[in-house]
Amino acid sequence: MVSIEDYGEFETAWCPGCGNFGILKAIKQALVNLGRSPHEVIIASGIGQAGKLPHYLNCNVFNGLHGRSLPPATGAKVANHEMTVLAVTGDGDCYGEGGNHFLHTVRRNPDITIIVHDNQIYGLTKGQASPTSEIGMKTKIQTHGVFNMPLNPLSLAISLDCSFVSRGYAGNISHLSKLIEKAIEHKGLSLVDVLQPCVSFNKLNTFKWYSERVYEMNEPGYELNDRVRAFEKSLEWGDKIPLGVFYVNEKPSFEDHLDVLASGPLYKNAPKTELVNELIDGFL
Amino acid sequence: MNIDLNLKIGGAAGQGLQTTGMALAKTLKKSGLHVFATQYYLSRVRGGHNTFQIRISDSPVFAMTETVDILLALDAESITQHMSELKDGVVIVDSDVIDVKENADAIFHVPLLKIAKDVSGDKIYSNSVSMGAVIALLCLELPNLESILKAAFKKKGEQIVQNNINAVRAGYNYVKENYPGGCKFEVSDSGEKENMMLVNGNEAVGLGALAAGVQFLAAYPMTPSTGVMTYVAANADKFNVVVEQAEDEIAALNMILGASFAGARSMTTTSGGGFSLMTEALGLASITETPAVIFLGQRPGPATGLPTMTEQGDLQFALNAAQGEFPRCILAPGTPEECFYLTAEAFNIADKYQIPVFVMSDQYLADSLFTCPSFDTSKVLIERHLLSDQELRTKKEEYKRYKFTPLGISPRALPGQEGVLVVADSDEHDEFGHINEDPVNRIKMNDKRMNKLEVLREEMPDAKVYGNLNASISLIGWGSTFGPLAEVVDILNDEGKSVNLVHFTHIHPIPVEATRKLLVKAKKTVCVENNFTGQFSRHLKVDAGINITEQILRYDGKPFSPEFIISALKEKGVI
Repeated sequence: MVSIEDYGEFETAWCPGCGNFGILKAIKQALVNLGRSPHEVIIASGIGQAGKLPHYLNCNVFNGLHGRSLPPATGAKVANHEMTVLAVTGDGDCYGEGGNHFLHTVRRNPDITIIVHDNQIYGLTKGQASPTSEIGMKTKIQTHGVFNMPLNPLSLAISLDCSFVSRGYAGNISHLSKLIEKAIEHKGLSLVDVLQPCVSFNKLNTFKWYSERVYEMNEPGYELNDRVRAFEKSLEWGDKIPLGVFYVNEKPSFEDHLDVLASGPLYKNAPKTELVNELIDGFL
Repeated sequence: MNIDLNLKIGGAAGQGLQTTGMALAKTLKKSGLHVFATQYYLSRVRGGHNTFQIRISDSPVFAMTETVDILLALDAESITQHMSELKDGVVIVDSDVIDVKENADAIFHVPLLKIAKDVSGDKIYSNSVSMGAVIALLCLELPNLESILKAAFKKKGEQIVQNNINAVRAGYNYVKENYPGGCKFEVSDSGEKENMMLVNGNEAVGLGALAAGVQFLAAYPMTPSTGVMTYVAANADKFNVVVEQAEDEIAALNMILGASFAGARSMTTTSGGGFSLMTEALGLASITETPAVIFLGQRPGPATGLPTMTEQGDLQFALNAAQGEFPRCILAPGTPEECFYLTAEAFNIADKYQIPVFVMSDQYLADSLFTCPSFDTSKVLIERHLLSDQELRTKKEEYKRYKFTPLGISPRALPGQEGVLVVADSDEHDEFGHINEDPVNRIKMNDKRMNKLEVLREEMPDAKVYGNLNASISLIGWGSTFGPLAEVVDILNDEGKSVNLVHFTHIHPIPVEATRKLLVKAKKTVCVENNFTGQFSRHLKVDAGINITEQILRYDGKPFSPEFIISALKEKGVI
């Protein structure tokens, strides 16, 4: 039996009260509930406050470059698809610096769970606008207030027919942990966009701001595979912000298309050096 | 060398130059000859003026020379551009189709189109007519060409095969009946030689990667590297390889690092522009000590440069790319055999030292077609340097991915192995892999990584000497220039001069003492490079403290020919 203790307790470099603590707790709980041992889990991350998360629990870690959590996560999954692979990233990391990878990883659909710490601001570089910052947010750079349209991660993902699209909130750990569980269990690419206050730099979207607005979706008749309805729902943002699973499309994952994986993990295959002689014959 | 002829096929893209050239090259090889073929093409799929040139010899040839003996002109441009390269040669041209303004004895009209329509009912067979004409001019017989075409068109049905055969016979007979004496060049068929391949540099790299057991290749297509990716992809199913076309080169290298981290032998293929995007991940490979093989097919830059031409302009870039200081290894093959064996070796070096390893080629080597001895797969050893489950079970202390060791190489476990957690971090880290900003740790980690370079340096083989070890003039080359340089050595030594070639395939790190010993003997050292600034000369100076006396540089997008080098040596008063 895997227990929460197996995932350990570590000193962090986060600010007291940071939403990251809730996300960390939810991830650990989800992994324990699913019975995954730390050595069966790979967490890839980029750079930012979110990128440090995998250092604060026991697991295999690939803490790579800014914006680049998804390509190594994909590579690791292909090399050993028996592992549970998570990519932990932030709004700047995933939707800004790594935006192109996000688009194409959704298209590729590897069985990876992306957890985005979406605090609508840059924390590590001390408070500049992120791709999801709200119009009007003033920062030391955006001195007249943000006027670039914020990116809507859920609408974007649904428009790309992402296999699993959801939103959680760092202030509701039990809901978030269940969401992450579902996302990990889902075969294919899962997006969990997590609303998260940044206590140091985002004075607009605070715990209070979020708590007054978020609600758990529970609409009768909402079909998870209805893409148009899901897109419509993803546009709801303002006084009311829905949480939960927006869209699910069960389809073959990237690994399903790779016949070579049917017999076991890619990295375990023995080299076929002698078979090269057959190719060489073709050049004679 | 009794036979040394050049056949140049000139025409627009889309006119079937490559098909014609390949079929002829295979035919000549089947007749026991050595061939070396290069392509000169522009960055377009249709039109422009391109050439496919085949050098034909009874001895091994690894370079192109500048005199043309048979010019198969498929467009008017071929005659205007290449007539001057002819010396007592023949131009095969269909004057019914091409308006030939030049009036020279060399021009020999062959009604390719008319013959094709008459005997095979379609103008598409005119290339086959021209092949028959070339074989006739070389005084060879047709069976080898016919068997090559039979194999090539077998899938298209008996009728198509027969139409092609009829076309080559008609072209052949036309020359026999109309060319004075019936044929021109006394080439004889010595029967196909055993165990000789006809292969280009990119295919040889692909074969090397497959022999080394590559498991994952992620790349973004870019000329002239794409051929390697295509070759591996074509054989991926048979060899259990996953090939993924990444969204960009940033993703490509990051993806293979993830795969390599999780245990798959991984490589990427790119050219300068793509490699520019990979630079940050290059540093990531090094700080996370994740093995990676990068095939870098150079072309002239900067930016888009000359996309389909050749240059050795990215050596200093590969040596210095990415922020910070870290170990890397650079290999640069000069022949197809070296493409094969060095690619396989690159994977072993990457695994042993846990560093990024480059295999550097260029458009010239990538696209040139060589006859060479068959590759020996029994010489390919696969050394993964991984901790086994058994070793992990019996370990006495907690696993440290970046454990300090005397050589700087830490035992490597993989994620998923029971009892260990593997932590890789782009930040400076402690022995476990966790972020650590302590200056003492920083020094130790830096020393550990950089020490691997010194251990590797000891293992790097000496440069190869072609010619007399104690020659008074040493030509120095690296990578793809081996062929033309070796031929220069042969030519000059035949003239009674004392010249050798010190050729480098193991570019970085350089074994300093051994290299000094090799170069100290010559009175003059001349470094010959396909770039503007003499990048390898600079590398010899910086890395090994060796000063070169002369440089011959070419940077017009074209490869060296022996003639070019000899005339430059004369100009500089070296010979």
